[in-house]
Amino acid sequence: MQRMPQWADVILIPLISLILAAVLSALVILAIGENPWAALKLMVEGSLGSTYAWGYTLYYATNFIFTGLAVAVAIHARLFNIGGEGQAMLGGLGVALIALFIPWPHWTLALLGGAVGAALFGAAWAFIPAWLQAKRGSHVVITTIMFNFIAAALLNYLLIGALKPQGSMEPATGRFPEATHLPTFQDMFSTAETALFRGAPVNVSFFVALIACVAVWALIWRTRLGYEIRAYGQSEGAAKYAGISPVKIIVVTMLISGGLAGMMAINNVMGEAERLVLNAVEGAGFIGIAVALMGRSHPFGVLLAALLFGFLYQGGAELALWTSIPRELIVVIQALVILFTGALDNMVRMPLEGLFLRLRRAPKPDRKTSPAE
Amino acid sequence: MTDQTPAIELKGISKAFGPVQANKDISIRVMPGTIHGIIGENGAGKSTLMSILYGFYRADAGEIWVDGRRTEIPDSQAAIRAGIGMVFQHFKLVQNFSVLENVVLGAEDGAMLRPSLAKARRELKDLAAEYELNIDPDARIEDIGVGMQQRVEILKALYRQADILILDEPTGVLTPAEADHLFRILKGLRDQGKTIILITHKLREIMEITDTVSVMRRGEMTATVQTAETSPPELAELMVGRKVLLQVEKVPPKPGKTVLEVENLRVVDSKGVERLRKIGFEIRAGEILGIAGVAGNGQSELLEVLGGYRRAEGTVRLNGKPLELAGRHANGRARRAAGVAHVPEDRHHEGLILDFSAWENVAFGYHDRPEFNKGLFMDNAAIKADAAAKMERFDVRPPHPHLAAKNFSGGNQQKIVVAREIERNPDLLLIGQPTRGVDIGAIEFIHEQIVALRDMGKAVLLVSVELDEIMSLSDRIAVMFDGKIMGERLPAETDERELGLLMAGITDTDKPHSEAEIEANLARRHASADKEA
Repeated sequence: MQRMPQWADVILIPLISLILAAVLSALVILAIGENPWAALKLMVEGSLGSTYAWGYTLYYATNFIFTGLAVAVAIHARLFNIGGEGQAMLGGLGVALIALFIPWPHWTLALLGGAVGAALFGAAWAFIPAWLQAKRGSHVVITTIMFNFIAAALLNYLLIGALKPQGSMEPATGRFPEATHLPTFQDMFSTAETALFRGAPVNVSFFVALIACVAVWALIWRTRLGYEIRAYGQSEGAAKYAGISPVKIIVVTMLISGGLAGMMAINNVMGEAERLVLNAVEGAGFIGIAVALMGRSHPFGVLLAALLFGFLYQGGAELALWTSIPRELIVVIQALVILFTGALDNMVRMPLEGLFLRLRRAPKPDRKTSPAE
Repeated sequence: MTDQTPAIELKGISKAFGPVQANKDISIRVMPGTIHGIIGENGAGKSTLMSILYGFYRADAGEIWVDGRRTEIPDSQAAIRAGIGMVFQHFKLVQNFSVLENVVLGAEDGAMLRPSLAKARRELKDLAAEYELNIDPDARIEDIGVGMQQRVEILKALYRQADILILDEPTGVLTPAEADHLFRILKGLRDQGKTIILITHKLREIMEITDTVSVMRRGEMTATVQTAETSPPELAELMVGRKVLLQVEKVPPKPGKTVLEVENLRVVDSKGVERLRKIGFEIRAGEILGIAGVAGNGQSELLEVLGGYRRAEGTVRLNGKPLELAGRHANGRARRAAGVAHVPEDRHHEGLILDFSAWENVAFGYHDRPEFNKGLFMDNAAIKADAAAKMERFDVRPPHPHLAAKNFSGGNQQKIVVAREIERNPDLLLIGQPTRGVDIGAIEFIHEQIVALRDMGKAVLLVSVELDEIMSLSDRIAVMFDGKIMGERLPAETDERELGLLMAGITDTDKPHSEAEIEANLARRHASADKEA
């Protein structure tokens, strides 16, 4: 017997968590003498109020979809990949190399090539932790986080050395060739009369991210590999009994996870910056953890959570710009959301489950339980 | 019944866990100085009832009366104060403490340990003399056998002045000889005026030792009868709610060609302990080989090796062809392809994925078969249809393939696993503890399926710690002890006593053996296994 109907698990709990986080944030804003209601209005206005605002929100969301999916896929195999940050950095390196050193005839091909390069580099960065976990039992949480630092150091080294154009004073690669320019929403949706999404970085990678959501869903719930990943994640003993190789599942899952994290680079490096700069990932790899947790490791949930975090990111930036609320407080608000939706899940879940149980105890016709997906 | 005051009286106890009514208006009177059995299938509510009595749960409604006084038992401390002691199925002992230290633990007088220990030593001596509970107070728990450990648990309760002793499935881990000894201890305790509540699902134990028996079914107390006035079939019927065949009906075996040959099979585990010591046996088509033995003597390792997920040395041939015991093809998938089906001992951690739906579980292990796949994708519709059909044929209840496996009862979970493995029509079926945690109605059904497979000319390797099950199903019985096969017997030509001796590692079964000798042997084995580890 399930304790709660599924809609409560998927929608009600995140919503209540979110409201709690919002209430607490409001109190914090109140405490520093600002008006929380005005702040909320500003955030909504600044992130959803215009196509320009949407353009930023969706741009951030695209990053978070990729890193969120990366974490989500790994969670299905009970692997906690917190190396999304480093894998995304390496993805950026892959994109940069491919954009700089291969002459692309058209952006579509460049996008394809960039996506492949980003995924390959991201996956390669996840491979060593995966191998160490599968063969030596070195915990993937430890190794992936270590690899974040190594990735940062590696990019540092490359961007002040081999990849820096001659004579440049900046730790960044040169600008990518024009042929690799990905169409932004401005390019795609503006008409002659009205310019939409003017100056906003959101670009065609958003659609790649949506495709990735569908692909991950199909992988997890429709393919044999996904079935085996879930089986291994639920019960290693059962997986061994069935003849599913743990080594294979760990390595393949981490490659997919690293590849997804790496693919974020087609958005931030290829789509937005059009060159590789230092610290291009800006913490999106870590936000991906919160996104995956909040999204219950389901691609659709990840999409919604990524949109929410896109909103928080963009809204937060607006708040910092227009009010005396310091930038750090925005981080506090984001942290509260992560805390409530991720870490304090049970705080909301337990009382809610109790409530549903009490409701159900009143005699009612048996409710059909829905499938686990 | 007499008009004595009951030692324990429960009045109208009810307890619900969410929508599940675990105990429904239960009333029971346990008379002092008796052994009172509580029997029922898994999930009938026995353990919940005892947990309420011991203060782990609070009843939603109802009253507890101890020695004629209404008593509130909000926690186990209160239960102990009321004179109630409990011996759990899984012992709660500190492995590297001595017997004495374990007995005193939690019942020390004052901050200094020494006086408590000295006092406990004196009391243990008295208790040992009084109840045949001989035990070395300075032995470490990790050095003594399971039967002894259980006695320590009983001593713990007695040391805490318990007058009422609850034992939860106490014989599950014991050899027949150890169980006999336990029963003698319990009878001794009863004769000294203690009250004993024995929770079990084994009819034989009820008949052998209890004075009164209460039967539970689906959270309700269906009957309380004097043991002398009832019979096993009647109790079984009260438990299940319909007539049950307690004995498996089967025709004599018609063994055919040899299906499985095992030679010099040796397993050394990761700690360097030899778990299988070069064993050998064979199984022919149309034959059930039962492996008897106390849990932990290598049976699990044997199943894992044959199932493909534990490395081993030696030779195993299936239908004359060698099976890989180490290397790339030593895995469950290759075994299934070769015609080996496996119902593992532990269905919760191996046989099923509890969070998967039933239909996903019915394909588990066979999910790469062509009929379940369409190109890159799994053919979920085909799997669901297959699962629904199998669940119907095996009468899995409720017949909902979409329900998660964890939501089925133990018996129905096992039916899902058995259906999956048997319906593949394997040449060899490995089946471990087929009816552990399975209700009587489902036991009957599963036993029939095993026999039916054997009658179709398939080979079956049955591993079980339930001697009754081994005796009634097997065509031949092999007894394992300490990684070796101590001997093979035909069921018609052996009895529990002989098998019990073999299970304790004693092969010259014709001579009489004292209990002390058996115990010494078990303790030796226990100590040597630990040393190797």
